[in-house]
Amino acid sequence: MPVTRGFGSRPRRGRPDRLPPGQYDVGRDWPVLTAEAQPVIDPEQWSVTVDGAVATPRTWTWREAHALPGSTYVGDIHCVTTWSMLDTTFAGVSVDTLLEIARPRSDATHLMAHCETGYTTNLPLADVTGGRAWLVWEHEGRPLPSEHGGPVRLLVPHLYFWKSAKWVDRLELLTADRPGFWERNGYHDRGDPWLEQRYQGDP
Amino acid sequence: MSEPAAEPGSLWTTGEVVEIERIGHRLVRLRLDVAERLDHLPGQHYVVRLRAPDGYTAQRSYSIASEPADPLLELMVECLPGGEVSGHLHDVADVGDVFELRGPIGGWFTWSGEAVAVCVAGGSGVVPFVSMLRHADGLGILGRLRVVAVARTLAELPYAAELLAAGVFVALTRENLGNRVAAPPYPEELSALVDGVERAYVCGSVGFATYATRLLGEAGVRSDVVRVEQFGASG
Repeated sequence: MPVTRGFGSRPRRGRPDRLPPGQYDVGRDWPVLTAEAQPVIDPEQWSVTVDGAVATPRTWTWREAHALPGSTYVGDIHCVTTWSMLDTTFAGVSVDTLLEIARPRSDATHLMAHCETGYTTNLPLADVTGGRAWLVWEHEGRPLPSEHGGPVRLLVPHLYFWKSAKWVDRLELLTADRPGFWERNGYHDRGDPWLEQRYQGDP
Repeated sequence: MSEPAAEPGSLWTTGEVVEIERIGHRLVRLRLDVAERLDHLPGQHYVVRLRAPDGYTAQRSYSIASEPADPLLELMVECLPGGEVSGHLHDVADVGDVFELRGPIGGWFTWSGEAVAVCVAGGSGVVPFVSMLRHADGLGILGRLRVVAVARTLAELPYAAELLAAGVFVALTRENLGNRVAAPPYPEELSALVDGVERAYVCGSVGFATYATRLLGEAGVRSDVVRVEQFGASG
């Protein structure tokens, strides 16, 4: 590919080794990006259901979810629109904890996250187990704001952030992969930022 | 050109700048001849990637302003403070430059005439609606697309003359326009425009998108027919 006339590389602030290819460090200025009108969700009315290919379908209310063992993520997040935020903190519950209770069947291979707005995103089971995915309700020690998916969003920080579905209310275990919202609309099925899996057709 | 990309997300190609127009300090309009171009749907975007001699790259997405029938690809880029890509396009780019391009991308924020729609744009958020308007005009179905463009002043609104000529409702918040006193659009001003719409599109900054979706709700549009495209802070 051609070098762009008159374009030079900028010193990248922060830690370039922590930035996947094509990403930049947004600092603490967290952009808001959604495809739908932002819903208003009362935490007392919110619940999350784990169902589909599981032995024991289960629903947790806000209070019940908070009674589960808590879990925190400290690290980086990466959005397909090219910003990354480094060393940020989320708190909630590990998806492992929910799955240990609901017990995915042996033929479960994928998970579809569903949201209050109708948004969906699909994930291989291996990407949401083993301490790699959370339901979170706190960011930097404060309640997760609605524009960032509050009261509760999915967090899968090792994949592009469209996989970390806002306003999540259902995790459906699947026995075969099925594309979610952006995955049907031109974006990559898995979305690994280190492999730059941004759009359909990427490796 | 080939068939419209039903599954958008093509691979990288290149485009040569054929025309460039710098409009004020903040806008640049580029018309590009795209190699192996795929037809787009109005509302889709392209990624522009800049490459430094040492291999460093920077890429950003920009909405398409041209209609699918246009032989060239037109982008209208707003220059953001410190914007690495938008700044280069505004300050350095010239006719004959070749950029890496990828697109068309996005299968959600699109309109090809299939639904009666209302579109609400804030400032340079009007760009995808320009593509939709040009497409509708070409098909003779402008009546299926009602566009509301909100800006501070007419000078800050991209494509202002073209929008007014197409019958777009332009609401200026900092200066009067004809008999209309400077103000954000009132729900009553939208009531005729939202009558009978099957879909709504909102494009603008994050703050504008929140405001506009609320305004549409007040005018009687159901939130589940609203499609939103937001930008900002990714310069």
